[in-house]
Amino acid sequence: MSAPLMSLHRCFQRSAFCLVGRRMWSSSSVSPPPLHTRMLLFLTQRFYDIEMLLRWRSHMKRRSIQKKNAYYGYTKSFYGPDIAAAYYILSLKGGFRYTGQSDWFRADQRGKFSWDFLNHKDTSLEEVDMSYTVINYTGLENFYGQQSLKTLLLRGCPEVDDWFLARLHMFQDSLEELDISHCPRITTGGLAALRNLKGLQRLDISYLPGISSPGLVIILLEEMLPHCQITASGYDHNLRQQGEEEK
Amino acid sequence: MLALPCLYPPQEETCNAASATVALFYTVLFTFTERLASKPTVMSTWRRLHVKVRTTRGLFSPRRVSEQSTWLCGRLTLSQSLRTGRPFRNDFFKDLEAQLAAMRKKAADALPGSSWSPFEPNPNLPPERADIVIVGGGVMGWSIAYWLKQKERIQRGLKVVVVERDLTYSQASTVLSAGGIRQQFSLPENICLSLASAEFMRNINEHLGVLNEDPVDLQFNHSGYLFLASQDVAHIMEENYNTQRQAGAKVLLLSPAQLKEKFPWINTDGVVLASYGLENEGWFDPWTLLNAFRRKAISMGVIQCCGEVTDFDYTINVMKTVDGSRMDFRRIKSVKVQMPNSLEYQAVECAIVVNAAGAFSGKLAQMLGIGCGPKDTIAGIPLPVEPRKRYVYVVHCPDGPGLDCPFLIDYSGVYFRREGLGGNYITGASPEEAEEPDISNLEVDNQFFEDKVWPSLAYRVPAFEKLKVTSSWAGFYDYNTFDQNGIIGIHPLTNNMYFATGFSGHGLQHSPAVGRAVAELILDGNFKTLDLSGLGFRRILAQEPMLERNIV
Repeated sequence: MSAPLMSLHRCFQRSAFCLVGRRMWSSSSVSPPPLHTRMLLFLTQRFYDIEMLLRWRSHMKRRSIQKKNAYYGYTKSFYGPDIAAAYYILSLKGGFRYTGQSDWFRADQRGKFSWDFLNHKDTSLEEVDMSYTVINYTGLENFYGQQSLKTLLLRGCPEVDDWFLARLHMFQDSLEELDISHCPRITTGGLAALRNLKGLQRLDISYLPGISSPGLVIILLEEMLPHCQITASGYDHNLRQQGEEEK
Repeated sequence: MLALPCLYPPQEETCNAASATVALFYTVLFTFTERLASKPTVMSTWRRLHVKVRTTRGLFSPRRVSEQSTWLCGRLTLSQSLRTGRPFRNDFFKDLEAQLAAMRKKAADALPGSSWSPFEPNPNLPPERADIVIVGGGVMGWSIAYWLKQKERIQRGLKVVVVERDLTYSQASTVLSAGGIRQQFSLPENICLSLASAEFMRNINEHLGVLNEDPVDLQFNHSGYLFLASQDVAHIMEENYNTQRQAGAKVLLLSPAQLKEKFPWINTDGVVLASYGLENEGWFDPWTLLNAFRRKAISMGVIQCCGEVTDFDYTINVMKTVDGSRMDFRRIKSVKVQMPNSLEYQAVECAIVVNAAGAFSGKLAQMLGIGCGPKDTIAGIPLPVEPRKRYVYVVHCPDGPGLDCPFLIDYSGVYFRREGLGGNYITGASPEEAEEPDISNLEVDNQFFEDKVWPSLAYRVPAFEKLKVTSSWAGFYDYNTFDQNGIIGIHPLTNNMYFATGFSGHGLQHSPAVGRAVAELILDGNFKTLDLSGLGFRRILAQEPMLERNIV
């Protein structure tokens, strides 16, 4: 009795899977996305509810990042800009060193940190390590007025983009070392903004997936920042390969 | 249970209608019986058919089985045949489905009361009714459309139609511009518009990102603008600098020595002061911005329509002022949209029209009778926007400034910027008022480069003495002849046409913020985030120009 229905059911099932896989992917992505992504895509094309849920999810993600990068104005009014900046760094699981001191203040893996940094009022920051944190453009507002910041490490920050680099002009007189390696959202247009950092001596731009022709960009950067030592590893400068492509 | 199909004539059939496969099977049989209708008896027909089916290589059975069992297990084999797709069988069913669909359609058409007509309706026609019609599908039009949908209170509560004449955008000002954004203006309104637009572009994926699509990459170059001032205009630059700092723009004043230190390739002779944008300034890809707005707006339900607005249908209310002169108040009822390359048109009934036609918005306003009245009345003042042709040249110069090349604007009026990394630069200049080129086409005058652009360019940057023009194009400015600033708002004598035009070259960079302002004006009744009432039509009627105190 139910055999024809079953067969029809199977037939439709198969066509549904065909629909899932039907979308044309851009030629740049080598492999198609995993099955659950495609399934979600199929469901969003069918149901408004799921589209709404996904939209909410990305919205919440954005909001939590914004929240973490909020302006610490309350702390600032009570403890001054240096403590506010320090507190901001520690709550993002970063680390820093005060001017004239040798020990670093860092948050541990779980985000716990000691409150000893409160004892150093009105001491500006000299080195800041924000590697692998979600610092973004708005979070940079907390560093406003740090005139003696010499080192800024931003290795592997997913939210650091070109606009962030353009805003680094606030440290234009002091900054000597900058590490922006492994940041996925940096492109050539943002690197051009580094010309404002006059005192830069060391720059690490290794493993940036966003820059298109790294060899040329590195040469142009070296030309633009003649006093700066630029580290750029992780790029394939093999000319032969490009020559083969041209053929 | 299901009966065995071949053993009974069809009229005695007590088939279970739920089984769609069997229904299909019967249709096959009927088509065969049609062919064999000349045969005398039903039974012989069936027998004949039997043979025929057998001869066509076991039509319904995947395996070679005995005749009896084939028919006995007809239902099962059918279900199998759907699963194991042999090409022949698939073709057969596909054909069958197509034929059935055609038959059903023919039957439906033949029945009385069907909506069939011998003329195919054009699927590209705009809808007959809409709430808001935006004339002009450039970046400004799409930005307004996006913000209208963004601000609507009920989802799909507004029906917005964007009418664009040329969807290839071959002559559109948006894509033919140099694509810069700067905060170095003198009017606080313009500075705020730029700052708001820069903020929009910074968060562009929050605004214009579409679910399951690639994120928008504007290819923004954060290289800043560098304005150079001579002795005569240095004081203006300083005033402008103060205004810009007050509005919150990050701008730096440079002395010639500082300038030489920062950009050693500049010849500083004649420069007294320079102002340089540190943040939120640079250039981007206009086409990406336009497409991002369009993609997002369409995903939110804006209707795109290719056509040209040729006429308006409006009502006129005649009123008299205290001193007895006559005033005509117009209200647009519908917009006539002419389809491209055809005589077909559609009148779109609408409540509000937005004039975002850029360089051609003056013509559009004229269609409505704005500026056609007696000379010294309000009705006699036309929209002071006309197209002006501007040339853009791409030059190649391997020895030119490198990655740190800003968008430089010299006091002589010549500008240039880097284009890509391969030693290419985009340059141009505004011609003098008396030497405005002919606007009937978009041909480029290469003599203009030789005479006006190159000398100033080579004087300012000596490396440009050796260069090669590799390409050039021309685009239209929506030039406001009155005061070279945008006109945002409603015309006093036409109560449902909003203007967003006349930006004279900075429409692209202001488009995100202006779109929001116009949407606020339409949906909220007044400006909410940025007060742009100074840029309204009133200043034209009062003859009070809001001139930008430019150094060029």
